[in-house]
Amino acid sequence: MGFKNVPMSTAKPSENKESLFDSKLRAEIDKWIAKYPQEWRQSAVMAALMLVQEGNGGYLTTELMDKVAAYLDMAPIAVYEVASFYSMFELKPVGKHKVCVCTNVSCMINGSDRIVEYLEKKLDVKLGQTSKDGKYSLKEVECLGACGGAPMFQIGNKYYENLTPELIDSILDGLE
Amino acid sequence: MANEVCFRNMDQDRPWLLEQYRSRGGYEVLTGILKEKRSPESIINEVKASGLRGRGGAGFPTGLKWSFISRNTPGQKYVVCNSDEGEPGTFKDRDVLRYNPHQLIEGMVIAGYAIGATCGYNYIRGEFWEPYERFEAALEEARAAGFLGKDLFGSGFDFELHSHLGAGAYICGEETALLESIEGKKGQPRYKPPFPAHFGLYGKPTIINNTESLASIPVILEKGGEWFKALGVENSGGSKLFSISGNIKNPGVFEIPLGTPFSELLEMAGGMKDGSRIKAVIPGGSSAPVIPGEQMMELTMDYDAIAKAGSMLGSGAVIVLDESNCMVKVLERMSYFYYEESCGQCTPCREGTGWLYRVINRIETGRGRPEDLALLDDMTTKIAGRTICALGDAAAMPVQGMLRHFREEFEYHIAHKRCLVG
Repeated sequence: MGFKNVPMSTAKPSENKESLFDSKLRAEIDKWIAKYPQEWRQSAVMAALMLVQEGNGGYLTTELMDKVAAYLDMAPIAVYEVASFYSMFELKPVGKHKVCVCTNVSCMINGSDRIVEYLEKKLDVKLGQTSKDGKYSLKEVECLGACGGAPMFQIGNKYYENLTPELIDSILDGLE
Repeated sequence: MANEVCFRNMDQDRPWLLEQYRSRGGYEVLTGILKEKRSPESIINEVKASGLRGRGGAGFPTGLKWSFISRNTPGQKYVVCNSDEGEPGTFKDRDVLRYNPHQLIEGMVIAGYAIGATCGYNYIRGEFWEPYERFEAALEEARAAGFLGKDLFGSGFDFELHSHLGAGAYICGEETALLESIEGKKGQPRYKPPFPAHFGLYGKPTIINNTESLASIPVILEKGGEWFKALGVENSGGSKLFSISGNIKNPGVFEIPLGTPFSELLEMAGGMKDGSRIKAVIPGGSSAPVIPGEQMMELTMDYDAIAKAGSMLGSGAVIVLDESNCMVKVLERMSYFYYEESCGQCTPCREGTGWLYRVINRIETGRGRPEDLALLDDMTTKIAGRTICALGDAAAMPVQGMLRHFREEFEYHIAHKRCLVG
């Protein structure tokens, strides 16, 4: 890495950006682009990937990543790098609800092993798998910064803390 | 004396609202600075006098960091807040964002004024959706009330502030990885020098500070650097947020003066759970070497006392372990974390963290070899200090700490293929 910082832009900015995403999605991505210097559209790549992922049932495809690259004037490889580096991006289909269980130290010593075991049994999946009906994916994650409420998990944008089997039942049974 | 700085509004109803913040004099420090046209040097000197040290974990003096920026260099400069809280055991910045976002905003605008920056970013970890929404709502309120934008209160000073959401990577808490991440790349740390003060975000002079550090600024300038410094002890000025978790009754975040005895902090957190006995404490996030419980009960919570005991205060994340814990299992989990989170850039860390995890895993699962502990000792010295960023050190230090204080548990595991505990 040198000390020169330039965007990893493609040689030629892509035209017809309007055709890449619908107007609502474009407006949301554009809100992020507007936060950064004009020549740094690529700063919006994480936000754009997250929005596109949400709109695609929780995971990214090569085609979608290519569209993000074109929209932000980036080389596709630069977008793949980002999508494969950060843990919140999914490159394979996931269940409707992604249950992200923290098993790091504070959660572990407060019984996250039992939480994982309970979830595996209840959902009939192992960590890293998606239930047969496609409703749930169970994912082990690193510290989510809520150790005061250990053991905890995240579903969608929401944290659930001080988990017990009873609480898990009521949370999961409340999801559509 | 608790809750004097970042948590001083915790007794309020919905303290995150602008009207609540202003009811206690919020943003008056900023407007005072702008109206008086206070000199940036005097602000930086006040921060220096406060003894504030970086609250993200490294403990670098904040005022000194600010003074590295040459204010008169033409061109854009940036203020970046590191809210990528991810050091296992740490959950304090989440509460600053949720409960006192305006104090952080005010601190960032003041920082911008002091270094001559007109733009700032707050990098919030992607999982922190609720804190992000709180912060965004506070930004809107601040903008509408004229605390952000162009020509603030007729002073000629502009400042715009945005949040940037991460997407899941511990390494982005490393300041240059965070800058790379804002630039839309993989979060891989940069070589230093040049430091961000000269070559930061988009190659421009940048200061990057932790959430708690920046949120402390308005209070420091309101009450004076000396006042803040006097809250703490020698070399550890001020109060600090401690996130305490583990086998304790009431885990949570407590703001207490630096230098407070650990025993008092433990008492505030309700003491040990279910009458269990304390075995060990990880005093500053999982990268900090473990300290045996008995020794910890004699220590005070400040940078020097914890350093003298062979560990570090880090981010103030205190993980308390009781006697039911097998230290091999605890270390195995921590090592897995560094293996998982290594960015893969430097060979000693990319390969070494995997080795550490695999060797500790085989000890934990009854396949340990007599020579494994010497192997671990050796490996840690070949990772620490040999990488671009501190993640290598962070992976090595907990191993060294555990082997220093709990070696017999590892030996027992290897010899008997099972735990000494339970």
